Amino acid sequence: MSKHSQEEFFGHEHITIIEPHGSVFDLKLRELWSYRDLIVLFVRRDFVAQYKQTILGPAWHIIQPLLTTVMFTIVFGKIAQLSTDGVPPFLFYMAGTIIWTYFANVLTATSATFTANTHIFGKVYFPRLAIPVATLFSKLIAFAIQYLFFLGFLAWYSFAGEAVQPNAWVLLTPVLLLMMAAIGFGGGIIISAMTTRYRDLTILISFGVQLLMYATPIIYPVSSLPQKWQFWVSLNPIAPIVEAFRYAYLGHGTLDLPMLGVSGLVILVTLVVGIFMFNAVERTFMDTV
Amino acid sequence: MTNPVIKVENLSKYYRLGLIGGGTLREDINRWTAKLQGKPDPLLKVGQMEHGGRKGDEIWALKDVNFQVKEGEILGIIGRNGAGKSTLLKILSRITAPSAGRITLKGRVGSLLEVGTGFHPELTGRENIYLNGTILGMKKVEVDRKLEEIVEFAEMGKFIDTPVKRYSSGMTVRLAFAVAAHLEPEILIIDEVLAVGDAAFQKKCIGKMQDIAGGGRTVLFVTHNMGTAAQLCDRGLVICGGSVTYDGAIEDAIKEYLRPSSTQKLELGKQHFRGHLLDDIAIKSLSVNGIDLGQQILITPESDLVFEFSGTSTITLKDFDLLITLYKDGVRIVTAHDSEPGTALLEGHFNSTITIPARTLRPGTYTVGLGGERPGGGQWFAGTDLGEITVLEGWAPGYERRSVGVINVRSSGERRMENGPAS
Repeated sequence: MSKHSQEEFFGHEHITIIEPHGSVFDLKLRELWSYRDLIVLFVRRDFVAQYKQTILGPAWHIIQPLLTTVMFTIVFGKIAQLSTDGVPPFLFYMAGTIIWTYFANVLTATSATFTANTHIFGKVYFPRLAIPVATLFSKLIAFAIQYLFFLGFLAWYSFAGEAVQPNAWVLLTPVLLLMMAAIGFGGGIIISAMTTRYRDLTILISFGVQLLMYATPIIYPVSSLPQKWQFWVSLNPIAPIVEAFRYAYLGHGTLDLPMLGVSGLVILVTLVVGIFMFNAVERTFMDTV
Repeated sequence: MTNPVIKVENLSKYYRLGLIGGGTLREDINRWTAKLQGKPDPLLKVGQMEHGGRKGDEIWALKDVNFQVKEGEILGIIGRNGAGKSTLLKILSRITAPSAGRITLKGRVGSLLEVGTGFHPELTGRENIYLNGTILGMKKVEVDRKLEEIVEFAEMGKFIDTPVKRYSSGMTVRLAFAVAAHLEPEILIIDEVLAVGDAAFQKKCIGKMQDIAGGGRTVLFVTHNMGTAAQLCDRGLVICGGSVTYDGAIEDAIKEYLRPSSTQKLELGKQHFRGHLLDDIAIKSLSVNGIDLGQQILITPESDLVFEFSGTSTITLKDFDLLITLYKDGVRIVTAHDSEPGTALLEGHFNSTITIPARTLRPGTYTVGLGGERPGGGQWFAGTDLGEITVLEGWAPGYERRSVGVINVRSSGERRMENGPAS
């Protein structure tokens, strides 16, 4: 039970064929592109509607990670006195927090794609991927705001003479972000495809993300771990990205290009598998929810 | 152009009941382990059989549906609840996939299964026009072009920059229909959206739909309202039990739809009646417009209600009435007799006819009763819940939606106006 629709232009004529079994290898990305206006409007809706009737509005985008960073600085930096590789703890935690928050937000929001949009999906057709893709961008706006604040603090600390050395690897930022986006998106849509059958996952996701954070070097540098643990952390495809991000801006930590390459490969596989699963579920999920 | 723009071939859809219920991983693991051990599915209810090697009950919502629609045609799809109309619509609008068969659609498809899909309460009317329009398949530039027309059609004016959550429900619906009506797909699929808004706006909607259809676009219209169907559509498709049972002119399709689906006879026995005359008078049959009351009877407001019943009497009663009663929610609405007062019922067989004129009852379901009594009391029999008739919607002058009630009363009215300031 599945549906395949193919849209082709035969001399301006738009043909849609609806069949039970579609090609597994059709990712339907061209159709998604034709709905780009809708994606833009979804991004706008997510961003605008979220903070209507709040006093602080978009300021929440910066308050949340700032408070988290302050909390981490106090609890892990001052009280637990975890190593931050000689980097000012505040910058160390903020760098980790903002890039992690982007991943976590994308993952959590995209994983709810089917369950949160059942009503609209049941009434009208548009490429379902439009919703998680829009999420990707609306969360990116939030990241951009946090990133600007981070740059501000970074400048402040370097003028104050702290030992931070932003280096040429900052040019890698778009790639690192793309990887974070892809793993969050890929993982999110896999979960969203599975939640149509297994509601358990919606419960798992919120604390799963939290647990995953401790398995990722956000509040500690990989270098502070015992040798045998470092191997396990390196299995986490997100770890090299976070480390690389911190290395680029703070000049401390590890930049492991081969591991980054492996993680890129894992992410690519996750992404493709995710899109396949999503498209397969999209065809009939209305029958099972 | 006489080429079909919609071609539906051998379309089928089944739902597997046994599998749809499973929602947790544990249930599926139970199922898998049972399968591996060769045991029957532990989650199937006792008595559920396995079909064709698959577990669970299969329900064919649609089976081998074939039809074609030509360009510019307005096809009405009619059928009772559960006949498969909604499933067909969902497959045509790509909300769910068929299990077998194929549909070829030429041109852009706009489907309108509900007005206001995707409206966000926090966004303004204008923002929602863009959002809803693009959800329905428009490009942003198309919405730009149509914005003014939409606002005007919806009678929004100055409220267009107010968040939708501040709108009355009527305003929301007007705005939603306005967006949908200004879609310009070659094929438009509509599901009973006309059942919204006040009478004036509904009239405007029907007018707009006729314009759309007149503009050469193909429209598929699903409805329960035979009046609207007859008014709007050229051709009708009757769906019953997942199959197309009739495809042809709309008038004939409506007749087919009203024809009962089964030939079940009403079995009338003593247990259906109360009173002193149970042993003396037996009712053998009861029908409405030629259809036995054992079946679901659907009637348009435009046809008379002709009750026919027959029975036998073992006694002769001077001055005896036989009567039909109609109940709505337990309240008796109508009592109609088969004869003038003072008519005798003779020993032997009797056949009676009672006619209630068209446009007496408002749309709805009525319970039918039958009885007899000797005026002044004493000897009687009555059965109050023998069957049901349903009067369908079908608005016309003199039988208007706005005259809400149980009985359609022919009333007259007059408004006198006096010019000048109110004092």
